Amino acid sequence: MLRLPDFTYVRPRTLAEASGALQELGDEAMAVAGGTDVYPKMKRGQFTPRYLVSLSRIEEHRGIRRVEGRGLWIGAGETLSAVAGHETVRRAFPALADAAGLVSTLQLRNAGTIGGNLFVDTRCNYYDQSFFWRQAVGFCLKKDGDICLVAPKSRVCLAICSSDTAPVLSSLGAEAVLVSAQGSREVPLDTLYRDDGIDYLAKRPEELLQGVWVPEESFGWRNVYLKLRRRGSFDFPVLGVAAALRTDASGTCEGAKIVLTAVASAPKVVVDAPGALCGRPVDATAIDEAAELAMRVSHPLDNADMDYWYRKRMTRVYVTRALRRLADAGETAGGADASPA
Amino acid sequence: MRKRMSPMSRDGKKNGFSVIGKPLPRIDGPAKCAGDTRYADDIVMPRMLFSRLLRSPHPHALIHGVSVRRALELPGVHAVITGEDVPTKFGIMPSTQDEEALAVDKVRYVGDPVAAVAAVSEDVAEEALRLIDVDYQVLAPILSIEGALEAEDHRIHAWNRRANIQKAVSFEFGEVDAGFEAADEIFEGTYFFQGNTHLPMEQYCALATYTPDGKLTLWSSTQTPHYVHRALSRVLDLPMGHIRVIATPVGGGFGGKSDPFSHEIAVAKLAMITGRPVKITLNREESFYVHRGRHPVKMWMRTGVKRDGTLTGMWFRSFLDGGGYSSYGLATVYYTGALQTVTYDLPAYKFEGVRVFTNKPPCGPKRGHGTPQPRFAMEVQLDEIADKLGLDPVELRLKQVVEPNTVTVNGLRVSTIGLRECIEKVAASSGWKEKHRLLPPGHGVGFAASSYISGAGLPIYWNDMPHSGVQLRADRGGGVTVFCGSTEIGQGSDSILAFAVAEELGLRPEDVRVVTADTDLTPVDLGSYSSRVTVMTGNAAIQACGNLRERLFEVASEVLEVPADDLEMEDGRVRSRSLPDRGLAFAECVERAETRFGTLGATGSYRPPRHPGDYKGAGVGPTPAYSYSAAVVELHCDSDTGEIRIDKVWIAHDCGRAFNPLWVQGQVEGSVYMALGEVLMEEQIFRKSGVHKIPSILEYKSPTTLETPPIETILVETDDPEGPFGAKEAGQGPLLPVIPAVSNAVYDAVGVRIHEIPVTPDKILRALDQRLKDPTVPSFEFPTPIRWAPGQGVEVPQKS
Repeated sequence: MLRLPDFTYVRPRTLAEASGALQELGDEAMAVAGGTDVYPKMKRGQFTPRYLVSLSRIEEHRGIRRVEGRGLWIGAGETLSAVAGHETVRRAFPALADAAGLVSTLQLRNAGTIGGNLFVDTRCNYYDQSFFWRQAVGFCLKKDGDICLVAPKSRVCLAICSSDTAPVLSSLGAEAVLVSAQGSREVPLDTLYRDDGIDYLAKRPEELLQGVWVPEESFGWRNVYLKLRRRGSFDFPVLGVAAALRTDASGTCEGAKIVLTAVASAPKVVVDAPGALCGRPVDATAIDEAAELAMRVSHPLDNADMDYWYRKRMTRVYVTRALRRLADAGETAGGADASPA
Repeated sequence: MRKRMSPMSRDGKKNGFSVIGKPLPRIDGPAKCAGDTRYADDIVMPRMLFSRLLRSPHPHALIHGVSVRRALELPGVHAVITGEDVPTKFGIMPSTQDEEALAVDKVRYVGDPVAAVAAVSEDVAEEALRLIDVDYQVLAPILSIEGALEAEDHRIHAWNRRANIQKAVSFEFGEVDAGFEAADEIFEGTYFFQGNTHLPMEQYCALATYTPDGKLTLWSSTQTPHYVHRALSRVLDLPMGHIRVIATPVGGGFGGKSDPFSHEIAVAKLAMITGRPVKITLNREESFYVHRGRHPVKMWMRTGVKRDGTLTGMWFRSFLDGGGYSSYGLATVYYTGALQTVTYDLPAYKFEGVRVFTNKPPCGPKRGHGTPQPRFAMEVQLDEIADKLGLDPVELRLKQVVEPNTVTVNGLRVSTIGLRECIEKVAASSGWKEKHRLLPPGHGVGFAASSYISGAGLPIYWNDMPHSGVQLRADRGGGVTVFCGSTEIGQGSDSILAFAVAEELGLRPEDVRVVTADTDLTPVDLGSYSSRVTVMTGNAAIQACGNLRERLFEVASEVLEVPADDLEMEDGRVRSRSLPDRGLAFAECVERAETRFGTLGATGSYRPPRHPGDYKGAGVGPTPAYSYSAAVVELHCDSDTGEIRIDKVWIAHDCGRAFNPLWVQGQVEGSVYMALGEVLMEEQIFRKSGVHKIPSILEYKSPTTLETPPIETILVETDDPEGPFGAKEAGQGPLLPVIPAVSNAVYDAVGVRIHEIPVTPDKILRALDQRLKDPTVPSFEFPTPIRWAPGQGVEVPQKS
């Protein structure tokens, strides 16, 4: 089997200590939470840290709790299973429960954390391969090489955002709390992502995610996440659609947000969607317009499972189905199955 | 159905069988469930070294030199070998020995082994690989069937007669022109069956020791220890008597562990050099390169029919993408043409097939070996024919099912055939008549039927010896041990032996000790391939039991004072049939027999009956008995996304007799599951650079139990006279009908024909947009056909 290379394991007690360790050890260190992505990548030579700074002993990034007036706090160290099964999450944010519950397999959801999923490494089927394979094909920009094998003329890496939970939390207007030895800061989750397959996070390397706030005003937004993948059992998304909206008593849309995943290196906010949806009923015409806008900004490439033209075409179908679900649903909406039945 | 008794002892036994036909658990079940089964990689030995193979990163390259000096200098490295150390070519088929354990002067696919290291740990071995310098001269790769046929002067191998053609064959059985002239309608279609791999959960693993007495032992996860035994002797230049091959319990084979492999030879050689045990375990990625999986096949089929659907003639062409070496390819190309004739009456049949070399991992046998591809083409075409003629696809088949005891136009002898019953039962239980063309839009049902062999009629290397041998030993305590070279690959072959012996000797299966797949201890069985094991080892075991019983009855007859022909063995006793209270315990009978005859043992063996075909190439297709299957698939196809959800599969299988209904059902369900993977998603696909696109269990999409729909299995029993207790095969045949049935169900659901597998969502959308092109087949001049018809063989010399 592929062997896990040797490394030194550091287990700090606080996020500040962990951040300090990362800062001190520099490029040769990585943080590890659930380890479901880190260890396989070390075996394949994609990650080559000499030090792993474990977040497993840290308590301050745990907990899921409602804070009146502030919103829902979700600690970054909570497992995906814990998020998917949390009562408040299921009731108020079924999109998040579904997205977390659709990551990989039960075993990996029991180990993997929501923080890990939010910051999960971008994926590309030229990159997510063994050292032998990458050597045979030729190394790429993202690791050991100087060319993008997906689009040789591209100057940036085109690996894709493969987080299921990031688009959902983005659609719900989540705020991220980052901690370093210098203190903490709170930023909109959206602003943490960059459309660059290598440098895909707009934060300092030593900054660690303590958790996210889903703001109070998002309670009451109907929300849904639909995921396209080959197998319902454990695949990464090759398209994900997170949609959230709020209507008034008459059914007029007051607010809407659509965020796509797996169509770029960052979660893709469909910027024009609110314009198409707000101030009118969420009817077939509005849904068609929004779905068309989403498809226009969806740019899948030939670096994941299923044909890229198919994934682009599915953007319209999935956005349509997501919005229809929200329009049809009353108080709650959710469910991950995109089939019309 | 008529009740049939076994040849030896059934007559007069009023209650039928005691263990056969009952849903009893397998003998290896408890250990497997408890995690106690010791697979090859579980074996650890003192002073054991670990091996890794250096594999080519190029699909096609000459090797001008390999320098191992730097690797040998690495502390912890004990030996490094290259092609020069094991230069003798080998291969599973005697006439196409074109493999080298380590490439001598050329590599032919990405992953082709070039050197092997033995070191104190896997880490050191891996590091040593990076210190081996290979001087490659990269050549342009050939990656398609068309490319292989066109590249007359650019050759992957030098031994074959013509360009990159490993084998081209051509046959005409009966009068094909006349058949087409007699037709009211002629249908033609092209089809493509994508290649895929076995994906066993257990990766390849082998361990070798070489002791100071000059004896080599190899433990390996192999389906064919006998063929590995022969290959080791040839390549290592050791007498077979000095080599012992032990097949460890195989964690899934499906045909992928049926060849002798580089890693087996490499660890054997490294053990000989170092004098220490050497183990190698391949990783998942390597398993995709080693594989020998399903050939990608392009196909063209022309069928002539009367207006009522009666077949008048068929012409079929297959183009097989063989990959870098021959492997079983010689047999595979014949198999793509052999079994079209054994399901429905076919008065005239022409078959042309060609297998080419390409710079990809070699293909070989996977569940159904060479027959799922043509079966897909044929059953889809029959569905279209029924549709165009306004006939029910089920009725179209039923009206021309082959009769029992028929010799087909290509000389195959069909003895028992339960196809009609399979079709009728599967149609009835699925509600076919109420569903076909009647379900709401998006929902559909599809039907297909098929046949498979219960063991190849001929061995892989020419000989007249038995295909399977069994030895029995009875000890004084009443224990019985059965020795057989057969290999447990999860299909239940060890249990078959225990149950056959238990049935014959009136013992409990758990009282029979089974020793298998060890060339030092067990008589030859050719291996777990071609669905041969139940029929062949079962018959050999029955014969051995009969021989042992003769001696036991001779003694018992005297002790009990009843004639030997009044004796039976039941409930651990030898007793009189007419006076059942007159008997003696089996153990006591054994003691008395040993007293009389000395050490008690008996042997039995089995060789398939001779077959009627006498033309060159007639050796592929014959079998002791054909199994039959029919399936109905119900599915939903989303016309916006092209996604398919399988709602249910009904499958009926003629297994002769359900040796054990639980095990047969397990094999049937496993076949359905594997078929659904092949038809819906699995693909061995390669980049333009010749590198496998997705060699990982995450990205090579194969369904899990969560994607597996409800399966309703119906067992049909035809009590085959050649099968042990009437049994035929069950391990491969049930895969065959499911694949075309899915394509046919898609047509019923959304009205599009998909002529290629996998049937993926994007292809369905293209088809709905009328943008999906039919597969193409290359132009190729096949050799002059061998013409043959039953009873009037004319052989034409053939060159390929």
